[in-house]
Amino acid sequence: MRIAFTVNGQRYEREVAGHRTLLHVLREELGLTGSKEGCGAGECGACTVLLDGRAVNACMVLAAEADGRAIETIEGEAKQGRLSAIQEAFNRHHAVQCGFCTGGMVMSVRELLARNPKPTVEQIREGIEGNFCRCTGYQQVIEAVLDVTGQPGANGGLRHA
Amino acid sequence: MRDAIDTGDLMHVGRVRDRSEAVAKLTGEAVYASDLAFPGMLHAQVVKSPHARARIRRIDTSKAEALPGVRAVLTGAELEYRLGLYIVDKHILARNEVRHFGEAVAAVAADTLEIARAAAELVEVDYEVLAAVLNHMDALKEGAPLVHPDLGSYDYVAAVFSPKPGTNIANLTKLRKGDVEKGFAEAEWIVEREYTNPSVQHVPMETHVAIVEWRTGDQVTIWSSAQSPFTVRNLFCYAFKLPHNNVRVIVPHVGGGFGGKAGIHLEPLCACLSRKAGGRPVKFQATREEEFSLLPCRSALTYRIKTGVGADGRITAQKMTMYWDAGAYADYAVNVTRASGYSGAGPYEIPNAWLDAYTLYTNKPYGTAYRGFGHVEFFWGLERHMELVAEAIGMDPLEFRRRNALRPGSRTLTGETITTHSGDVVKCIDAVAASIGWGRTSPDEAAHEARTGRRIGKGIAALHKAPAMPPFTATAVVVKMNSDATVIVNLGLTEIGQGSTTMIAQIVAERLRFDLSKVHVVVDKDTSRDPYDWQTVASKGIVLSGNAAVLACDDLLRQAYDVAAQALRAQPCDLDHDGEKVFVVHHPEQSVSFAALSVGYTFPNGNAVGGPLIGVGRYIAQGLTNLDKETGQGNPALDWTYGAHGVVVEVDPASGEYRVLKIASAFD
Repeated sequence: MRIAFTVNGQRYEREVAGHRTLLHVLREELGLTGSKEGCGAGECGACTVLLDGRAVNACMVLAAEADGRAIETIEGEAKQGRLSAIQEAFNRHHAVQCGFCTGGMVMSVRELLARNPKPTVEQIREGIEGNFCRCTGYQQVIEAVLDVTGQPGANGGLRHA
Repeated sequence: MRDAIDTGDLMHVGRVRDRSEAVAKLTGEAVYASDLAFPGMLHAQVVKSPHARARIRRIDTSKAEALPGVRAVLTGAELEYRLGLYIVDKHILARNEVRHFGEAVAAVAADTLEIARAAAELVEVDYEVLAAVLNHMDALKEGAPLVHPDLGSYDYVAAVFSPKPGTNIANLTKLRKGDVEKGFAEAEWIVEREYTNPSVQHVPMETHVAIVEWRTGDQVTIWSSAQSPFTVRNLFCYAFKLPHNNVRVIVPHVGGGFGGKAGIHLEPLCACLSRKAGGRPVKFQATREEEFSLLPCRSALTYRIKTGVGADGRITAQKMTMYWDAGAYADYAVNVTRASGYSGAGPYEIPNAWLDAYTLYTNKPYGTAYRGFGHVEFFWGLERHMELVAEAIGMDPLEFRRRNALRPGSRTLTGETITTHSGDVVKCIDAVAASIGWGRTSPDEAAHEARTGRRIGKGIAALHKAPAMPPFTATAVVVKMNSDATVIVNLGLTEIGQGSTTMIAQIVAERLRFDLSKVHVVVDKDTSRDPYDWQTVASKGIVLSGNAAVLACDDLLRQAYDVAAQALRAQPCDLDHDGEKVFVVHHPEQSVSFAALSVGYTFPNGNAVGGPLIGVGRYIAQGLTNLDKETGQGNPALDWTYGAHGVVVEVDPASGEYRVLKIASAFD
């Protein structure tokens, strides 16, 4: 079927097979490989994108469902070569290790902050609960979100003797 | 190599610096092997065994071959190549017999992933199901099926490992110290127990992936998510009898490894498919489900420990037997067995010790390297054991550990003598005990118990670790100066999220006295461009590559000083430098910039001297030896790390539900 949608504000029209997922169309047809496939089953969150502002696992959305809708991916987060405030905070707090979960993590945080500009630690944990990090960097992500929302505790996690 | 460095004087090392490759990862620009695609690239799928052990009676690939878009179909019958890190025991596709659930028996490469999947389903395999060894504790039993009846004919690293043909024993590592029976005779108490750890999966966020192009003249290029590109190249060449300079392994960003990507995995299969498909690149990425069976896991362990303790609470003797579940192939499990064997007594002095560590073949997915390389698994058993022995003899478990801890003058299991320069495990134990308030319940904790109805418990565990590496573990670093006096650094150590790129950049900037922005360490690895590195494992990256980086900087500076000496008409010994230039110590205004020296210095009349400044540093592990195969005596460790953890937990006495309230860790 023929679908039309926007990705990061750019308009695309594509002929897609009914079984193709949004993730495969983004990665293989549009060349937007920042969204990663970690499981292909909606478990790991590495493919998180925003669909009309809501965070979704792109591996669980059929491309056909994106018809007429607005998609935002990690490639649209930095503007004109400048990192967004969320990206800057992730960088400052070393909330990046192997990086494979990072794009999806940033998109989940972006949706969280759009809904809730001052989330508590518990709400941050809930906001990223669909995003696995196997390098175990959750604490740094939480601190980055506290920092970017101007809340205390951004440096209070690990104590180094 | 040890420099006495006052860390307070350092500009970059030990300071908080941005992670070198963080921006590329935050923007989605960082390219991983799974993101790569090439013109004409085919997609592979494998047909996997649904049985733990079965004879392959017949494979019919005709329907798969007839499917439009299929470019190559392979079965094990065509592939007489064997692979293995330490014991060469694995075929690329199973031949005659499958040895574990999920083992690949056939493979296809097709124009699209959808066609490859459909073709794989069209392959018909007729199995005769055989009795399987499904528990490693059954593998040693009389009459157990043999996972590798031909074990005696396999190549293996004979200096280090001891397979036992005619059994399921892939390796037996032995440690002997003192007289264990005499020690038990002197004991007041003897406690014997068994501890088990299950197999687990690494679950890297990026599943294993390889793309291979086998071109005319046996020129092979491999793009892989591997941790250790030179290991992939060397084992690949061993299997296919190709010279190393025919095969190029490229590793871009890696989405986590944790040991699971340390060996060679999907590369040979993609290579054979590419060769059969006329040289088109073939990509295979494991699904998450395939990570759990086609690809390796962490080995399970059963650890039996018998401890004799004297009236004074000192251990007199300890007999230890480890049963490691290799699964169907030996891979790293034999070396995990060796490493856990020589570490197996923990940071304690055991005057009379006896340890046998078995690696056992079973019909299960095979084990490989995993974070900690055996230590996490055996330490769970050992530290639980220390706790239970202390309870049995009626001694405080902290005191029991302190009393038996290694101290200067102690001898380890492998016969090394602890000195005042070794790490101090007692200090670590005391530090964490103080941090968690060991042996008492604080007023706050008592109030917490009264308020919540939960009980507070405290626990301590001690540790030591010596990463496993061969005595010849080596690496090199190349520092190349550009004509604007910035530098590019090449090394074979792979960035898998551990931050090695940033750390090497800090070390290079420190040694050259340059601004960090002038140093670029290349993230992606290429065995045809980068200098050799043994592997990205064993916590050896920064100590070996870091030392090589220091030496490479010294080499580059020596070259720069030689040219500067000519330009400034001074002796090299009278020169010094800062982040911009080389200058004469007594006349600092007489200077020449690194940019002017970088690719050769030109005199005003046009004469030129020198040439591109390229520093090379090599480093190799110092002082390691092979261990005696009968007694385990020798020096297996580049260095030992000592440490301790203390935890405070709250437990609901009704449900057993618990929560960790605090963890304190100390290392030396």
